[in-house]
Amino acid sequence: MAQLSNAEAKPPIGNTPEYREYLKVKLRAAPWWLYAIIAIAILTFITVLTNEPFQKAFLFIKAGLSVTITTTLMAFVFALILGLLTGLGRISNNTFFKNLSTLYVELIRGIPMLVLIFFIALVGVPAVVNGLNALGAWFTQIGIVSIGGWLSGIKNEVPMNTRAVIALSTTYGAFLAEIFRAGIQSIGRGQMEAARSQGMSYWQAMRHIILPQAIRNVLPALGNDFISMLKDSSLVSVLAVRDITQIAKLYAGRTFQYQESYITLAVLYLTMTVLLSFLMKYIEKRIRNNER
Amino acid sequence: MSADDMVVVQDLKKHFSGIEALDGVSMTVKKGQVIVILGPSGSGKSTLLRCVNQLEEKTSGDIWIDGEKLTHHSKQIDKIRSDIGMVFQHFNLYPHLTVLENITLAQRIVKKISKDKAIENAMAQLTRVGIPEKANNYPAQLSGGQQQRVAIARALAMNPKLMLFDEPTSALDPEMIKEVLEVMLDLAKAGITMIVVTHEMGFAKAAADEVVFMDKGQIVEKASPAVFFTNPTHERTKLFLSQILNH
Repeated sequence: MAQLSNAEAKPPIGNTPEYREYLKVKLRAAPWWLYAIIAIAILTFITVLTNEPFQKAFLFIKAGLSVTITTTLMAFVFALILGLLTGLGRISNNTFFKNLSTLYVELIRGIPMLVLIFFIALVGVPAVVNGLNALGAWFTQIGIVSIGGWLSGIKNEVPMNTRAVIALSTTYGAFLAEIFRAGIQSIGRGQMEAARSQGMSYWQAMRHIILPQAIRNVLPALGNDFISMLKDSSLVSVLAVRDITQIAKLYAGRTFQYQESYITLAVLYLTMTVLLSFLMKYIEKRIRNNER
Repeated sequence: MSADDMVVVQDLKKHFSGIEALDGVSMTVKKGQVIVILGPSGSGKSTLLRCVNQLEEKTSGDIWIDGEKLTHHSKQIDKIRSDIGMVFQHFNLYPHLTVLENITLAQRIVKKISKDKAIENAMAQLTRVGIPEKANNYPAQLSGGQQQRVAIARALAMNPKLMLFDEPTSALDPEMIKEVLEVMLDLAKAGITMIVVTHEMGFAKAAADEVVFMDKGQIVEKASPAVFFTNPTHERTKLFLSQILNH
């Protein structure tokens, strides 16, 4: 204890044991990882500005940024909705919804994400469209032409970008469901009982009492998954969606500049994820300060 | 059953996976009466209280609240619960809401009372329990005794026909018990119908119209506090009283 407080109070500068100890503690506590990232960022920045091939690669690849960002954002919003509903289903007393949500979560968790993306985009979506068309034909047959015509009119030409969003949100919906479920279950039973004892319905209690507390508790986990999703959005390049990964691949294939393409690509992802994790830390701090 | 019965319980049974928490309990609480339920832990007194507002689903038997028989219809259950105030051992305030919001929320979304009316009512109840100055604090900023008083104000703000207290002082530091009991005594004097599960013998003596002693899921003895504490009939009651009063 005495040693610790010695190290904390700044001793006079000089080649003394106290000062060396003080420096040791200070250096050990410094966020070296952060300095490394800042160094990488500065080096990359200089490289891109001064090095012709990197500059070209960067200018080419950044065209995919908007696809990467919009795909991630849209997929995350849908995954949040799907995850919340599934999470509520997992803890529901309704046998049907409980089993349906559990089936969904277990199916998704047991299949690799890349396989799921292929499956949902190239098998699932066409199957659903075919099903809707068949339903439309049936509606037309029994005489409800308006709905029938509309359903038959859906073409099997859903853009790959949309399929990518569907695939990503379906996959992440299952992960987020588990986060929401854990968050809701972390709120003590007494909260639901207090709300119900005041005459609130189950859903009123969920909406006003349980979910606000649960979501606050799981915000860091949701943020983590958002960052994961940004990274996993690179997988949709297998559907020929023109995100930064796909474009970097194209550029590398065309110019044979593998180093320039993939270093630039990696740095782009890293920049986005580091910025996001700073944002997350800031938000978490805000929430912690608001608590009590 | 008569018109001045607030609660009628008839042959109530509650099984928890093999355990008979309540084994045929019958009792009547008249309007304005204060009933204190005593008994060793595990005797079923909390379960009885929780069956009255259906936080615990009964296995068999019947319960009437103010003449209305309890059913399984969720609309009816919600309606009846909104007329019964419940105070819990661990307060169960909503930690993400201020004291004022804690008291106004159910008024607004359950009773559909306007915001201004709800706030006015909340402040009146906070004044009644003696802490109007804490309206804009969060529960975690209050002491245990203050939190429990807020919980009482929250229940009162719904203008209940009946108040249930489930060991309201058991989780409090000794020096905070008094402030909560004083509020409860005031309510008792004001003629509010109350069922209180507690270990506070002083409160039972001072406020109860009737003391109910439970053991092993059954009511062993019912008497006025004067009779109960000085001249109990049953051996089990005598044993219980000798154990708690001689220390």
